[in-house]
Amino acid sequence: MAASSLEVENLHVWRGERHVLRGVGFALAPGECLALRGANGAGKTSLLRTLAGLMYPEEGAVRWGGSDVRRDLRSFQASLAYLGHEPPLKADLTAQENLRYWIGTRRRVSEGEVRAGLARTGAESLGARLVRTLSAGQRRRVALAALTLCAVPLWLLDEPATNLDAEGQHLVGALISEQLARGGLTVAAVHHDLPVGGGAVRTLELAA
Amino acid sequence: MSFTWFHRLGSPPYVYALAARLTPWFAWPAGLLIAAALYGGLVLAPPDYQQGDGFRIIYVHAPSAWMSLMVYTTMALAAAVGLIWRIKVAHAVAASCAPIGASFTVAALVTGSLWGQPMWGTYWQWDPRLTSELVLLFLYLGYMGLRAGIEDLQRADRASAVLAVVGVVNVPIIHYSVTWWNSLHQAPSVMRLAKPTLATSMLVPLLLMLLGFTLFFAAVLLVRLRAEILARERASSWLREALPA
Amino acid sequence: MSMPQPRVTLAAPPAVVAGSSLTVGALAAGGLALARDLKLAFRRPAQLLQPLGFFVLVTLIFPLTLTPELSQLRQVAPGAIWAAALLASLLALEFLFRDDAADGTLEQYVLSGQSLTTLLFAKTAAHWLLSGLPLALMAPVAALALGAPGSALPGIIAAVVLGSITLSLIGAIGAALTLNIKRSSVLLSILTLPLSLPVLIFGARTTQLAISGGPLLAPLELLGALAVLAVTLAPLAAAAAVRISLE
Repeated sequence: MAASSLEVENLHVWRGERHVLRGVGFALAPGECLALRGANGAGKTSLLRTLAGLMYPEEGAVRWGGSDVRRDLRSFQASLAYLGHEPPLKADLTAQENLRYWIGTRRRVSEGEVRAGLARTGAESLGARLVRTLSAGQRRRVALAALTLCAVPLWLLDEPATNLDAEGQHLVGALISEQLARGGLTVAAVHHDLPVGGGAVRTLELAA
Repeated sequence: MSFTWFHRLGSPPYVYALAARLTPWFAWPAGLLIAAALYGGLVLAPPDYQQGDGFRIIYVHAPSAWMSLMVYTTMALAAAVGLIWRIKVAHAVAASCAPIGASFTVAALVTGSLWGQPMWGTYWQWDPRLTSELVLLFLYLGYMGLRAGIEDLQRADRASAVLAVVGVVNVPIIHYSVTWWNSLHQAPSVMRLAKPTLATSMLVPLLLMLLGFTLFFAAVLLVRLRAEILARERASSWLREALPA
Repeated sequence: MSMPQPRVTLAAPPAVVAGSSLTVGALAAGGLALARDLKLAFRRPAQLLQPLGFFVLVTLIFPLTLTPELSQLRQVAPGAIWAAALLASLLALEFLFRDDAADGTLEQYVLSGQSLTTLLFAKTAAHWLLSGLPLALMAPVAALALGAPGSALPGIIAAVVLGSITLSLIGAIGAALTLNIKRSSVLLSILTLPLSLPVLIFGARTTQLAISGGPLLAPLELLGALAVLAVTLAPLAAAAAVRISLE
């Protein structure tokens, strides 16, 4: 898929009175992954949320394909998928229904595609189960299925391997590799190195 | 065309210094005008043929009511500017306006109630203007309550700005509906806070008082604004340099 | 500990290009949001009845505290019904955004690339169908219990339908503004009540005329005008408020 490059320039973000991001900048080309490292409170989540357009930088700019994302925030947000700490799933819907509504609001998706997406992340048996009955790791797999189904060039992931076992960590690495192979970009806040084979992974260390 | 003066108005240190310089220019004329208006209204103007001397409270009641509305509009305007162009000083202005406006509203309600006592024999009537003033008071309290309820200052600024804009759109609607409601239950006209027919000798002190109140509002706003900027920028370097150690 | 899953190689999902057959229009997205909220509500049917029960209870207060005489209750019926309807709808507002804000789905709506105004309008519409419409159907029952004649019922239903639409939309703004505030129900009421007063005034007047048999078209049209104004402007304000609350 045609993907643009992501440029971040001199980002300054305040949370209340705390100056969480002080002049953060980087450039990411299609096929590259940026791993955000840093202690708790260093600003990894704030950076991801600012990239997603949820938080507003006092100074600096985020550019997608050369143009400032603030110019047309909505279409930029249509080209990205953001996954936060908690998988955004409704507890009273089944995994299948959750994905149908979540992805269906963004693009047309068929039931078969949803099932295939769940199968990719090892969650096809969870499709008909209410999310309320799923464990944290299983919910994470359902959320990862949504990630692949979004079919967007830019992934913004906040600790994507939380609650996953070793096999799950490999799954995350594989998914990111596939995304990079398609020419997509990934920015992921991680505590441990992700097993992303075959793809350029750079690291950005954020100081608290 | 140079808009630098506009840009400078968005800079807290510039506004902080400007407010200090401007305050006496508003405060002294305000004091003089209010004193003149009080003299004109309480001493010079003749008693109303219908209401006697009781009507004189209009010299405080009407300007207070007018100011309560004007301050709300100013607050909403400043909030809108802060919301659209993300100018922090504008949010500081809006925050400073709110308590002043609420005070004017309370003053209007109290003087209205005091006026009612000799006129109607009761301290309260559901007169359309008094009722609208009461609703306006709750709009102010809601605004201040929302500000107080949100911890993050930036979010509090922006959320209360949305509320102020929604409120200012609603004020004419509320006023119209309250007037409409009151007209349905037509009380005898003496029950309403009717403006007595104003001769010039009565009108001049009223206008003077209104102007005086406006300048007074400006002076108090500037003082509050400086305090608001102090509180918001207390961590910044320009402030530490500006203030004596 | 889990059994090794067979590696299913998924073909690359088709790229979503603007204008292609894969995009979802705003109306369709809104329809999905509406459908989702309705489905969720019907999975917890007990919650649907709470605002309704509250409405009936509040109307019950009036005869108990005033008089059991129907002829006298008829005088206070308009006020009683509208006070109860307002309080019940304020209570129901808690459910509008709270869950979605907590589990992150509201954030996904902001990030969906769809018009947030449309999505929030759809959510408010679902909320009205689940709380405002039942209230409008319950109001005539309460009116009868407070001494209103049968001839008043169509007017009362019409008034409460239009009024509750406006109350839901205005309430959505307040709910969006107070999203992150803990124990916000009192503040929400203080914010929403003054803005709802025009609805109360026109609604009560319509009800009063319906009961006395007078011409109620004028205040009913005013209620309609307020509803149109609310439908046009309130979702915009609510969308701005949601974005601010999520910052």
